[in-house]
Amino acid sequence: MDAAAETGGAVARWDSDPVLTVEHLTMRFGGLTAVGDLSFNVGRGDITALIGPNGAGKTTVFNCVTGFYKPTEGRIAMRHGPGRQQAALDALTNSGARWRRSAEGAVFLLERMPDHEIAHRAKVARTFQNIRLFGGMTVLENLLIAQHNPLMVASGFTVGGIIGLPSYRKAEAEAIDRAAYWLEQVRLTERADDPAADLPYGAQRRLEIARAMCTGPRLLCLDEPAAGLNPRESAELNALLKYIRDEHDTSVLLIEHDMGVVMEISDHVVVLDYGVKISDGDAAFVRSDPRVIAAYLGVEDEEEIDVAEIKQDVDQVARRTPRSDAAGDGR
Amino acid sequence: MAGETTPVPAADNRPAGAQAKAESRRAAPHTVPARDPHSLAESVRDAALAALLAGVLGFFFIGLRTDIAPGGLTITTRWTALVVAILVVFAGRLALNLFVFRTRRPVTGRLAAGAAAGAPQLATAAKWLMRGLFVFALVLPFFFITFVPGRDRQFIDLAILIMTYIMLGWGLNIVVGLAGLLDLGYVAFYAVGAYSFALLAQHFDLGFWMALPLAGVLAAMWGLILGFPVLRLRGDYLAIVTLAFGEIIRIVLLNWYQFTNGPDGISGIPKPTLFGLELKRGEGGFADVFGLAYDPIHRFIFLYYIIFVLALITNLVTIRLRKLPVGRAWEALREDEIACRSLGINTRNTKLTAFAIGAMFGGFAGSFFATRQGFISPESFTFLESAIILAIVVLGGLGSQIGVVIASVVMIGGIEMLRNIGFLSQVFGDGFDPVQYRMLIFGLAMVLIMVWRPRGLIATREPSVALKEKKKIGADLVAQGEGH
Repeated sequence: MDAAAETGGAVARWDSDPVLTVEHLTMRFGGLTAVGDLSFNVGRGDITALIGPNGAGKTTVFNCVTGFYKPTEGRIAMRHGPGRQQAALDALTNSGARWRRSAEGAVFLLERMPDHEIAHRAKVARTFQNIRLFGGMTVLENLLIAQHNPLMVASGFTVGGIIGLPSYRKAEAEAIDRAAYWLEQVRLTERADDPAADLPYGAQRRLEIARAMCTGPRLLCLDEPAAGLNPRESAELNALLKYIRDEHDTSVLLIEHDMGVVMEISDHVVVLDYGVKISDGDAAFVRSDPRVIAAYLGVEDEEEIDVAEIKQDVDQVARRTPRSDAAGDGR
Repeated sequence: MAGETTPVPAADNRPAGAQAKAESRRAAPHTVPARDPHSLAESVRDAALAALLAGVLGFFFIGLRTDIAPGGLTITTRWTALVVAILVVFAGRLALNLFVFRTRRPVTGRLAAGAAAGAPQLATAAKWLMRGLFVFALVLPFFFITFVPGRDRQFIDLAILIMTYIMLGWGLNIVVGLAGLLDLGYVAFYAVGAYSFALLAQHFDLGFWMALPLAGVLAAMWGLILGFPVLRLRGDYLAIVTLAFGEIIRIVLLNWYQFTNGPDGISGIPKPTLFGLELKRGEGGFADVFGLAYDPIHRFIFLYYIIFVLALITNLVTIRLRKLPVGRAWEALREDEIACRSLGINTRNTKLTAFAIGAMFGGFAGSFFATRQGFISPESFTFLESAIILAIVVLGGLGSQIGVVIASVVMIGGIEMLRNIGFLSQVFGDGFDPVQYRMLIFGLAMVLIMVWRPRGLIATREPSVALKEKKKIGADLVAQGEGH
């Protein structure tokens, strides 16, 4: 299923300039194949959504990309700098190293790197489906921990910090400024000195995104960011994600069940079912793909679906949510 | 196209049919009215049950006694003791029922409510207590010389002991309180520090000040050696392995006779010098050089200031570390290790630095212990020591520096002070030796404190940084880390 072919012949943007390429990713747990031979690209500067019914393997893909699982098979390549950098990537794959920097940028093989190195070097940040904040620490402290690695260097790996070098104090002030900037973006400036566990649910979700952004990521992976948010909070989340995509050099990969969010903000949607990719394209293409509809509605045989009727039903459901004003453009 | 919204029919949530029946059945009041657990009759019934249980168990444990006699065992019966035991259980249980368990207003409830309301004031009080204690610690030897001239040596010696435990508590606080890694074998590093100095002095003729940093480095190295195998362990397993590590070190010291002199220990460990001056009697000693009359108290004062400065350094370094990225990473590790890894923190290195730095301070304290005693043997480094240090940290409040001080004074000073409870023998008669009961009193006091303040005396966490104002964080929000 080549997305390029299905979107009308031209090579899709995410295939010509991908920031992340997942190739033949397979993850088995004992006898269970959670993800089977999955390949997709995440375009630079795109918001890419990974969707699928419950148990389709979306979070497993996330855990493989961010190094929490070691994939059974496959290659996961992360790129800094423009273009596919195919030569550098092939050389890196054959060399056995974990990453390679060149004049064009840098390429990283995430399946070879431990999780903290993926965050630190490949600059892939993530959030969690069940929010994982440092509950007993303040909001500001949460954001400073996200800047651990640069601050560690500034503190001379602790030695300089203990003797009180001024360079560390300057670096810390800059880190606090950066934290304050992100607090402003997620509207949590007032709560900066409160413990993170005291925040309401929606604010905790926003804080987790701000914390991930404080690591200065090139790719931000969000695991169900809109789960448990009310419609107003969801709309704010959409605006925040668009802001991150447009104003920062950050691509976004997100898992989401809320189709309103997915259809409104996604530039590119990849659909999984039973660990296998069943559709790949822009929101409009995926939305009308009968295989996707079949997967979501649980129809066994594709031949039996009356696509037109189901589309009508889907539109009707979508219309009930206020977000579909923007999502339904052109159709 | 989205302008015309289809009206969604309001969901009818009222159950119908079988569902309604089932729910009404569940909602129906119980046909058998529950007995009032607060009534006097219930209290007596419960106490009688406890007494019966005591009778059944006591029949074998107290009522019958076997003695070795020629030709086998003989059984003697002690019915009076059994009856007394049953009555004590009955009366005790009844009293607890009436005043705590089965009353609508238990006495302990008021205690707990008072404690909760007093938390912010306690934090402010702790701040002033900290300053007061610091000034007092600064002038402590002279205070005792002036006010209790007869027993000044004893008191300064006790202050040295307490200060050593404060330092050990602060060192362990890095590992347990900040990084949240439960370490039951901390005394191993204390032992490594003590033996490092003793052996360096014996074989290489190094003085205290030369050996001190080396002992710290060696202890830190052993901290790393312990750290590696426990990196992946959590909870109970972490506690067991650290406990085993402490015992391994002690048993090696006990059995490696050629190297450590085994159970005989190492004696003749040199005393510390003051810029090359020995605190000894006669020519060239400290008193002689400064034209003072020789007094053995000088050595105690000197030792006190050494441990005071060492403890102060431990405290200042810990306070500073908390505000550095590594200290924040320790606390983050205690809160959520997976989130740490997703933010690019190398959790392996972070855990190892916590173990190494904690161990280093333990090593310094061990060196000091060796030079103070002049003699060390594996006897001094049993599990009980680890348990006491951990109890100091837990009782004081995990992560709290001032809590460790209070807990050390109460625990170490308290045990010693209980030796002086002679007035109790006037109450209980001449045959009563209160010193025999000090551990019991001490244990009870600890149980009471843990019931009253389960998260330690100072349970609030101070944020390491603030945008506008620092607000204390309640203990219920702060995670305790692994193994608690």
